[in-house]
Amino acid sequence: MTGIFWWVIFPYITVTIMILGLLYRYAFRQLTWAAPSTEFLEKKWLRFGSPLFHWGIIFAFIGHVMGMVIPIEFYHALGISDHAYHFGAIYGGGLVGLMVVAGVVILLIRKITIDPVRIKATFSDFFAVLAVLFVAATGTYMTIIYNTTVVEYEYRLTIGPWFRSLFMFQPRYDLMENVPMIFKIHVIAAFALFASIPFTKLVHIFSIPIKYPTRPPQQYRSRSNYKRQGL
Amino acid sequence: MRIKAQVAMVMHLDKCIGCHTCSVTCKNTWTNRPGTEYMWFNNVETRPGPGYPKRWEDTDRYKGGWELNNGKLKLRAGGPISKLANIFYNPNMAEMEDFYEPWTYDYDHLIHSPKSDHLPVARPKSQVTGKYMDKPEWGSNWDDDLAGGSEIVPLDPNVEKMQEHIKMEYEKTFMMYLPRICEHCLNPSCVASCPSGALYKRDEDGIVLVDHDACRGWRFCQNGCPYHKVYYNWNTHKAEKCNFCYPRTEAGLPTICSETCVGRIRYIGVVLYDADKVKEAASVEDPQDLYEAQLSCFLDPFDPKVQSEAREAGINDAWLEAAKESPVYKMAMKWKIALPLHPEYRTMPMVWYVPPLSPIMNHITNEDELNTDGYIPAVDQMRIPVEYLASILAADDKEVVRKVLLKLSAMRVYMRGKTVGGVDEFKQSELVKQANTSPEEIEEMARLLGIAKYDERYVIPTGRREMDDDLHYKQGTCSLEDLAPQEGLHPTFGYMKAREKNYESG
Ligand code: HEM
Ligand code: SF4
Ligand code: SF4
Repeated sequence: MTGIFWWVIFPYITVTIMILGLLYRYAFRQLTWAAPSTEFLEKKWLRFGSPLFHWGIIFAFIGHVMGMVIPIEFYHALGISDHAYHFGAIYGGGLVGLMVVAGVVILLIRKITIDPVRIKATFSDFFAVLAVLFVAATGTYMTIIYNTTVVEYEYRLTIGPWFRSLFMFQPRYDLMENVPMIFKIHVIAAFALFASIPFTKLVHIFSIPIKYPTRPPQQYRSRSNYKRQGL
Repeated sequence: MRIKAQVAMVMHLDKCIGCHTCSVTCKNTWTNRPGTEYMWFNNVETRPGPGYPKRWEDTDRYKGGWELNNGKLKLRAGGPISKLANIFYNPNMAEMEDFYEPWTYDYDHLIHSPKSDHLPVARPKSQVTGKYMDKPEWGSNWDDDLAGGSEIVPLDPNVEKMQEHIKMEYEKTFMMYLPRICEHCLNPSCVASCPSGALYKRDEDGIVLVDHDACRGWRFCQNGCPYHKVYYNWNTHKAEKCNFCYPRTEAGLPTICSETCVGRIRYIGVVLYDADKVKEAASVEDPQDLYEAQLSCFLDPFDPKVQSEAREAGINDAWLEAAKESPVYKMAMKWKIALPLHPEYRTMPMVWYVPPLSPIMNHITNEDELNTDGYIPAVDQMRIPVEYLASILAADDKEVVRKVLLKLSAMRVYMRGKTVGGVDEFKQSELVKQANTSPEEIEEMARLLGIAKYDERYVIPTGRREMDDDLHYKQGTCSLEDLAPQEGLHPTFGYMKAREKNYESG
């Protein structure tokens, strides 16, 4: 029963909260939709913390696609041995994990010690940083410490297929039964983080301005025509 | 030809008395909320001086505006790709220190402090952290009227590069006021710097605005504007800037800074320009050619061909009439006595400045004997060095400034002759020729500059919405329409479509 809750109900509920919350906020609360920049208040710590963290997150995202989304058969077909994969995952992933953790820790210290940044931070700002830190720390712990001291855990046979099965709406929760505790915690924390996104400034994740390089530099908008032309 | 109309401003610096009324009324109107305390959509700087924010003209540091790179116009701070790579930390952005930490005073203490031996004082209190401050050390007008003198003046980037030594002795020094608002540029680099496309220039009147719904707080506009006139609201995480008081100008009223200007230095009017010419004009090789190139973008409102094309482009007769009466057209384009601020930034600014005349340095012993032509060399010996004015208003081209000063001097001499007498030989004098003017023009100029009637200073046609709006559509709609317009789920999707239609490569 608990298996069904954590590996079927919980992921769907959290993702539903995320999607509905985002839609609501996008439709009605655009004025609050922004990256929570505090660069105006403090630059020196941010200069290291923010790029370290964000570039780390981008690589970590790629890493998760490689581990969770791409099936193990794909690697076998390419002739990449399990050992070679894990060698890369532990060193590459470990480095990226450390980047993320170091970045968030710098941001957190900054948030606590720099007066204007702390005083201007809301509960949700702190919550976002702490939640990201928790998820990143468990993830990095798994990659570096668990994998090297306990066992090179083959998540591509359990967590990966389970994750993909969520998208097929045929969740194979049985696969998660024997997953080590620390991995379970990481996954649950990550889904909880997803659910919190619409309520924090983390919404900025969905606003990467990818269209910028292709749009003309100057923009005109007509005051009176937008309504009729646009709708 | 793609004709557009622009509402623009001229400031006649000779008349600015540095009273800051404009800044205060602007602040009371637009920036009196948390997060906006440090924003001065209008500020008045004493020059020479570092300005606000400190050293905003230091383009090497803030990397604002455009530069020419192999003949191509590029944002100085880097194009889209390098911006996206620097989005997590913007190395060129100014921080609070470059402006100041806004503060208030603990007035409450004056009323509620218990009985004591000493008079109670109101201690300064930060408006950001709410904590007491030891002492404020900088503010938007800390260096007002040359306060700080020889320690502060050399921070002015224009002074730094001057050949001439600036004299700081009391008897010999100079100063002038420079009121500044957003320039509502023809080629705005703030717009081009925004990754989200939240900044835009309005088709109808050229006012540059921030769409607060679309702004995502990427903050590249703040330093992308070489005039540092976009401000980051640390409370809402969105950009804010001068909006040319559009709710007032749409109703035919002048901006609040102009309305309340004590010196009546401000003029507002419409000019017509060809949007297709802007990019080419902003890309001329030599920065000293930018002024003329910018002038070449404007169209003669009296030309019937221009008028008919403008009508086709949807500009109505009220606007065309206003363009003919426009004080901006007269001063900047016809008489050429108003100059753009720092044309070398290549944004084609649309707030123009009539440079100030100042006392002549080499003492003229008997002013009554100064003949008309004596004013020609005098222009170069004015207290405010032409070199300094040229650095601010003409990309260091002293000749441009000299011409304007000569014209203004000619006006002074002529009007003096007319009212006081004693300057008879004016019409034939070298001064008229060199100043490239005529008594008729001078009388017209003197009226606009000196008498400055309200309805001659402000020729503002009302917004064009009544003719473009679909009134039938509006019938029976209510404010809920903004949340759920009957045609679709959310206006944003509508904005985006309209935006795409209006995208025009610049
Ligand atoms: C790739 C797209 C992303 C972009 C462009 C982006 C951009 C930014 C920017 C500009 C800031 C403000 C930094 C500052 O000036 O103070 C910021 C802050 C932040 N971002 Fe992102 N971000 C992205 C993705 C993410 C992701 C995926 C996460 C987490 C899962 C994240 C978590 C955060 C957090 C927690 C902060 C606040 C840091 C603090 O409060 O000190 N971001 N981001
Ligand atoms: S002066 Fe105004 S329009 Fe020009 S770049 Fe700056 S903010 Fe934009
Ligand atoms: S109100 Fe007018 S005179 Fe006073 S500082 Fe402002 S621009 Fe100058």
